[in-house]
Amino acid sequence: MTSAVSFKQVSRHFGSVRAVDAVDLDIAPGEFFAMLGPSGSGKTTCLRLIAGFEQPTAGSISIFGERAEGVPPYRRNVNTVFQDYALFPHLNVLDNVAYGLMVKGVGKAERHKAAEEALALVRLPGYGGRRPGQLSGGQRQRVALARALVNQPKVLLLDEPLGALDLKLRENMQEELKSLQKALGITFVFVTHDQGEALSMADRVAVFNDGRIMQVGTPEDIYQQPSTRFVADFVGSSNVLPPDFVQRYSGQHRWGSLRPESIRVGRAASGDGVAARVVSSNYLGATTRLLLDADGLKLHAMIPAGISLPEPGEAVMLTFNRDQLHLMDEPA
Amino acid sequence: MSLDAVVPRPAAPAVLPRSGGLRGVLSDLLWRRPGLLLLLMLAPPLLWLGIVYVGSLFALLLQSFFSIDEFSGLINRQFTLKTYGDLFQATNLDIILRTVTMAALVTLASAVIAFPIAYYAARYARGRWKALFYLGIMLPLWSSYLVKVYAWKLILAKEGILTWLFDKLHLSWLLDAWLSLPIVGGNSLSVSFTGTFIVFVYVWLPFMILPVQAALERVPGNLVEASSDLGASPGQTFRNVLFPLALPGIVAGSIFTFSLTLGDYIIPQIIGTSRLFIGQAVYAQQGTAGNIPLAAAFTVVPIVIMGFYLWGAKRMGAFDAL
Repeated sequence: MTSAVSFKQVSRHFGSVRAVDAVDLDIAPGEFFAMLGPSGSGKTTCLRLIAGFEQPTAGSISIFGERAEGVPPYRRNVNTVFQDYALFPHLNVLDNVAYGLMVKGVGKAERHKAAEEALALVRLPGYGGRRPGQLSGGQRQRVALARALVNQPKVLLLDEPLGALDLKLRENMQEELKSLQKALGITFVFVTHDQGEALSMADRVAVFNDGRIMQVGTPEDIYQQPSTRFVADFVGSSNVLPPDFVQRYSGQHRWGSLRPESIRVGRAASGDGVAARVVSSNYLGATTRLLLDADGLKLHAMIPAGISLPEPGEAVMLTFNRDQLHLMDEPA
Repeated sequence: MSLDAVVPRPAAPAVLPRSGGLRGVLSDLLWRRPGLLLLLMLAPPLLWLGIVYVGSLFALLLQSFFSIDEFSGLINRQFTLKTYGDLFQATNLDIILRTVTMAALVTLASAVIAFPIAYYAARYARGRWKALFYLGIMLPLWSSYLVKVYAWKLILAKEGILTWLFDKLHLSWLLDAWLSLPIVGGNSLSVSFTGTFIVFVYVWLPFMILPVQAALERVPGNLVEASSDLGASPGQTFRNVLFPLALPGIVAGSIFTFSLTLGDYIIPQIIGTSRLFIGQAVYAQQGTAGNIPLAAAFTVVPIVIMGFYLWGAKRMGAFDAL
C-alpha cells in the first residue's frame, strides 16, 4: 500500500541549523498521525515540508506515491490549518471557506453551497456573513478547519491548532477533531508540543528532538515503552533510572524508565524496597504528585486522591512491580 | 521569610502627604480633573487651527464669490457666481482637465512603481537593509525641492545625461519617436509633458511608498502562505489577498500624490511646456493679472476634487492605514 506521506532521508538545513536531519517517515492513508516534540525540534518544519512551504535540502518526499520536491504548495492537494488560523481579514467567513474553490474556478453558487456545508460540518451553520474579526478563537479555529476541509484534501495538516484555545474548549475540540477524522477518513497530520493531546488523539505518534525522530509508535508504545531517555522524560515525565540502579532490580546494565503512577509509597521507615525521603508534594486534584529523593536520585510518584499522604521530610519506602520497570534501547 | 528581611524599610504611612507649594496643588487638581489638562493642551493648537488655518481658507472662499471689474481692474465686493462661471471658459477648463489628468497619471505610475519597492521592504528587508530602505526613501525628502527640480532639468535637457545615455545605447530613435508624438512630446524631455510627469513621479514617490509599505507590513506572512496552500497561484494570491489588503495603503498614498500634483506650480513652470496647470493659473491670476477672485475660484477646484476624493478614499478604508 502506498503511504499517504513518505519521507526518505529528508533533511532541511537553514545554514548551519539542522532543522530536520535525515528523517525517515511513513504515514498511512487515513491515519491520525501526531508529530510531538519541544519547540525547535523540527516537527513544524516537517509539516511545512509536506505542505510545500519549505523544500528539502536533501532526501525525497512523496505524497500518495507522487514525488513532491519542487512542487509548489498551490499544486499540492494538501491543506493546512495554521497555528493562528490565517483567516483572510478582508473576506467574510463564507468567502474565506470558499476561497480554495474560488481560485480553482468553481462557480459562485456552487462554491457557496459547498462552503455552507463545510461550515455545518464544523458546527458553525449560518456564520457565513460574519467577518473573522467578529468570531471567538474557537470559532475561528472551526472556520480554518472548514476552509481546509472544503477542498477535500488528500492530507490535512494541523499546526498546533488547539494551542490558542482555553482548556475546556481544547478538550471539546480534541474529541471533535478525532470524530471528524474518523468520519471523513482523511489523513490528518497533527503537530503539537502537548504530549497529552498527542496521546489522546493520534493513532500513531512520532516524537521529535533536535531535527530527528526519536521514536514512532502507537500512544501505548510511546508511553509504556519509551526507547530513549528523551522520550521517557518528554512523554508524560517518566522517571528515568540510571543503569546502576536498573541493574539492581533487573540484572541488566541499561537505562530504565518507571512511570510515576507505578511507584507505591509505603510509610514504613524500614523493610523491602527503596528508601526515600519526601521533598515536596503538589496537589493536582485527582492525584497528588510527590517529589522524592532516593539517595540522590530524584523520583516522581503519583498518589491517587483518598490515600493518606506522607508529609514533606518524612522517610518512606518505595515499591514497584518489576515488570513495570521498562528497559530502554538506548545504550548505557 | 518576610520581605523586610530582604528589603528593610521604615514604617511608612498609607497615604503620603502632598508635595509642597503650588506644584503639588496643581498636580492634584489636574489629576482629579483630566478634562482641564486636555483643555490646556488643546486650546493653543485649536485657536491656531480655527483662526489662522480655517479663517484664511474662509477668506479665500469669500473672495471667490466676488468679481473683478473688467475696465478698472477693481474688485467688486458683491456676491456673484460670475467668477465660477469663468472657470468654465474653454481655456480654464483645459487647465483643470490637464491638471487632473496629470495628477491621475502621476498617482497611477507612483502606485505601480511603489508597490514592488514597498513589498520588498515589508516582506524581505531586515535590519541593516531596512534602515537603508528608509534612508533611501527619506533622503530625497531632506534635500531642497527646488534643487532637485533643477537637477532634473539638467538630466532631461537636450544636452543632458539622458539624451547621452539613449545615444550610447543606440536608442536615440526611440527617444526621438516619443518626442515627436503630439501632446506628450516636445523639443526635448525638459520642455515636454513627459518631463513634467517624470519629475512629478520622482518628487512624490516617497509619499506613496511609505503608506503602501505600512499597509503591507500589517499583512501577516501566513496569509500569503494560506492562499498558496488553498491552491492560489502567485498571481491569484496577489489579486485576491495582497492587493485588497494593500489597497487602503495605496489609496492613502494616492491622496498625497494626487493632491500634491493638483496644487504644485513650481515643477510645471521649470519643466514642461508653456501650457498652464492649476497652480500656475492661481499664481498668474493673483500676481500679474491681479484677478484675486478668479485665483480664489481656481483654488477651490482642487479643494472640491480632493473633497470627493477623500470621501471616496474614506469609504475604501484608506484612513485605517495612516
